[in-house]
Amino acid sequence: MEASNIIFYLLGALILACGVLAVTSRQIFRAAIYLLFCMMGVAGLYFWMQYEFIAAVQIVVYVGGIVVLIIFSIFLTHRVGNDLAEPERKRTLFAGLASLFAFLLFWSVIKRNEFFGEQPSGELSVRRIGEEMLNYKQGGFVLPFEVVSILLLAAMIGCIVIAMRAQTEKN
Amino acid sequence: MEVGLTQILLLSTALFFIGVYGFLTRRNMITMLMAVELMLNAVNINFIAFNKYLWGGKLDGVFFTIFIIAIAAAEAAVAIAIVINIYRNFGSIDAEDADSLKL
Repeated sequence: MEASNIIFYLLGALILACGVLAVTSRQIFRAAIYLLFCMMGVAGLYFWMQYEFIAAVQIVVYVGGIVVLIIFSIFLTHRVGNDLAEPERKRTLFAGLASLFAFLLFWSVIKRNEFFGEQPSGELSVRRIGEEMLNYKQGGFVLPFEVVSILLLAAMIGCIVIAMRAQTEKN
Repeated sequence: MEVGLTQILLLSTALFFIGVYGFLTRRNMITMLMAVELMLNAVNINFIAFNKYLWGGKLDGVFFTIFIIAIAAAEAAVAIAIVINIYRNFGSIDAEDADSLKL
């Protein structure tokens, strides 16, 4: 067995184990930390596929941004040490069965089909990503880039407006 | 076993349905948000894997992933603003407690 295969299986085990713990842990802070390690595992998988730029973006945005934001909101809304309520047995059973059957369905579809394509390509330079992102000719990505920048601005203003304390409390 | 596209797709499928399971069982809004993030990550893995193994030389999957990450960041920020506002109004972030729109 090659070393790269072993690394893939180790990363997969890390991602799945931390993912399962993140959705089943009774302590919300621990769930957030498991989510953080799951995101790190996904970043490692991008490194394994030699897409270093995406791995860096994953670490910066998910690990450094979203998970930290989630941890902050946990501190704002929870008393540390209180466990989450146990979910209903019936709900756990049916959600587990639904997820399991859907996973087996997808498994059978993926196993039955072979994927044909070009040879895997490893090269992905950041320079090329930047040039494509601001390319306004056929097949360029400048329009979604601009749309996403407007969306981020709208989300930022929306967050401030939603989370702002109402002015009437002063009066 | 040689690792190819099939193994990566199975991994991302498993991660996606772990997220679905968490979304269905959790009642706490922050943990539901965490389950959604897991699902988005599974989708990102799929895009990157297809781009690498079937779409070599082109960058469409990479750009989908970059934009999904950007939108996920915006979505998480807005969701947490809403969660904090709900906590202020209801004193709890359990999805069952915020029921003032119910008849």
